[in-house]
Amino acid sequence: MKNAVGRAVAHRLFWPLVMLVVLLAINVVAVPGFLSITVNNEGHLFGSVIDILRNGAPTLMIAVGMTLVIATRGIDLSVGSLCAIAGAMACSIILGSPTPNAVGTVTVAVLVALALALVLGLWNGFLVSVLGIQPIIATLILMTAGRGIAMLITEGQILTVQSDPFKFLGSGFIVGIPVATIVAAVILALVALLTRRTALGLLIESVGINPEASRQAGVRARGLLFTVYALSAVLAAIAGLILTSNQTAADANNTGLFIELDAILAVVIGGTSLNGGRYSLTGTLVGALVIQTLVTTVYTVGIPPIATMVFKAAVVTAVCLLQSPTTAAAFARWRTRSASRAAAPRPGEAVVSR
Amino acid sequence: MTTMSVPASRLGRAWARTVDVFTSPKSGPVLVTAVLFLLMFTAGGVRYRGFFSAATILNLLVSYSYLIVLAVGMSFVIISGGIDLSVGAVLALSTIIAAKLLQLGWNPILVMVLILVATSTLGLLVGLMIHVFEVQPFIATLAAMFLARGLCYIIAKESISITDPVFAWMAKTRIVLGYRMSVTPSVIIALAVLAIAVWVLQYTRFGRTTYAIGGGEQSGMLMGLPTSRTKVLVYVVSGFCSGLAGILYSFYTLSGYALTGVGTELDAIAAVVIGGTLLTGGYGFVLGSALGVLVLGLIQTIITFEGTLSSWWTKIFIGALLLVFIILQKVLTSRRT
Repeated sequence: MKNAVGRAVAHRLFWPLVMLVVLLAINVVAVPGFLSITVNNEGHLFGSVIDILRNGAPTLMIAVGMTLVIATRGIDLSVGSLCAIAGAMACSIILGSPTPNAVGTVTVAVLVALALALVLGLWNGFLVSVLGIQPIIATLILMTAGRGIAMLITEGQILTVQSDPFKFLGSGFIVGIPVATIVAAVILALVALLTRRTALGLLIESVGINPEASRQAGVRARGLLFTVYALSAVLAAIAGLILTSNQTAADANNTGLFIELDAILAVVIGGTSLNGGRYSLTGTLVGALVIQTLVTTVYTVGIPPIATMVFKAAVVTAVCLLQSPTTAAAFARWRTRSASRAAAPRPGEAVVSR
Repeated sequence: MTTMSVPASRLGRAWARTVDVFTSPKSGPVLVTAVLFLLMFTAGGVRYRGFFSAATILNLLVSYSYLIVLAVGMSFVIISGGIDLSVGAVLALSTIIAAKLLQLGWNPILVMVLILVATSTLGLLVGLMIHVFEVQPFIATLAAMFLARGLCYIIAKESISITDPVFAWMAKTRIVLGYRMSVTPSVIIALAVLAIAVWVLQYTRFGRTTYAIGGGEQSGMLMGLPTSRTKVLVYVVSGFCSGLAGILYSFYTLSGYALTGVGTELDAIAAVVIGGTLLTGGYGFVLGSALGVLVLGLIQTIITFEGTLSSWWTKIFIGALLLVFIILQKVLTSRRT
């Protein structure tokens, strides 16, 4: 029994899950009907939990791409700017077309935005894999210049679009479930299948653990790096389109602002090390849910929304400190000490046994 | 080589030495930045009336004295192989603490001391988190960024103006250096910080240990250098510099505002990189970082002078410049190793 508890505590998802349960519990105490899900007359699901799943979808998508990038010992800071670029591109195409409400127009706009993101993702991959620039710096370039590019596309304006098919992407429902949630779930499932049911995930991890050894073992790191950065960029673009569609406006300065930080946090809370190597998509899912639940909790408990960032800092610090090797070592020492105390013979017996 | 005629060999040696200095990963990028600065300055002078003057440079110093101080702190952290994402938020926090406490009628000197102590303490906590708990600098300083930005909103959501006479004096006083040339006291403070940083990094045990940590923490430790203490202290330095930069910024704007300096951490990092500090740590000059700030400022000035270019070109130019410098560093370091 004690052993099972010890194993559970040692599991890398233990603390994040505890955090998630605590946050949900706080919500349930504050709002008794928090976990209830209702169906409205149009057949759409409604409730706080659905809100968490829908509003957390963009962060989750980006975090999935980020997980793979981080597994290769990289990082992608440009995802927030890519959100803005994709939103700006799609909105400017929809605004420029004579038929903004046609499904065809929106399809073209979405595809062009995704293609542009793919090109920019390949650019990141080129800088990292061919030129060998540190990922944090290579993507910093696009993070800085990207907002400028987005403003170039929107010509410094906030583009507001009136297009029902485009709006569907952010606030529509399929079989009662929000479209954004479905898209995020499909992405998570596809990436999980692709990397965990094939050797791809293993190869990505090997590049992250020891690039030189994996090169000598015949792993083509270059192609893998191109793939993960391109995937990260495309997923960021999808998230950007959903965010833009939600606001029905492309704002080059504010779409996806700080989302890279939320995504990286989700990955780190999920137990994937920033030093590369082993990654956990389940962990990333838990991490993204923790972050979104945290934001929701701030609202339900009645803390002023402006204090959200302080709470985020507190949660990040708590999770990081609990997952730290120093804490783990302290825990292990404490457990062995209490175990040895339990196993140690009583003073009197000790003398006899001698 | 030794048999070559004297003038040719002397010329050859001088040329070889010049090439050597320019292609060294230590001094090369800084020199390229210096040349770039002069070229931009000359090009601007040819193109616009009234650009090629000492006043342009002095104005850059007046407008960007806070960024110089930030870049100094960031240089320490980056040379040690870390990164500090919290500087922009800590800057905003110190402007808002200053504005709020002055509004409540506190003594301005006490306020400044309090800010510097508070931001240094925050830096200390970040440093301990990084060193003792082995949290990555990226994440630890990110948490500090959220904390500082969140505290800003809690203290005051709206902009608070500063009417305190001492702060107003610091904002309005001009130290005249010559005809049409003057600077604010902030410039003097920034340059003093820069001079102290140069001295600390080049001539003290702490400075050399900072380079050693960036070059290879393990080796530094085996050599008996106080790596753990230094690794924590660089974040204290960065916290102190962010607090001081915030004070200078509140002199400049005479207000405190929670949204001040969003993205300033990127400007500081860009200035340090353009100034020739390697982001992997171990190489770099703090003077280069100050030069990097001036290059960023000059880009902004040229875009203002040009008039027809929209402001978003600044971001694209800075991005392009970052790219050029990173590739340059890459080429220079790969040739050496």
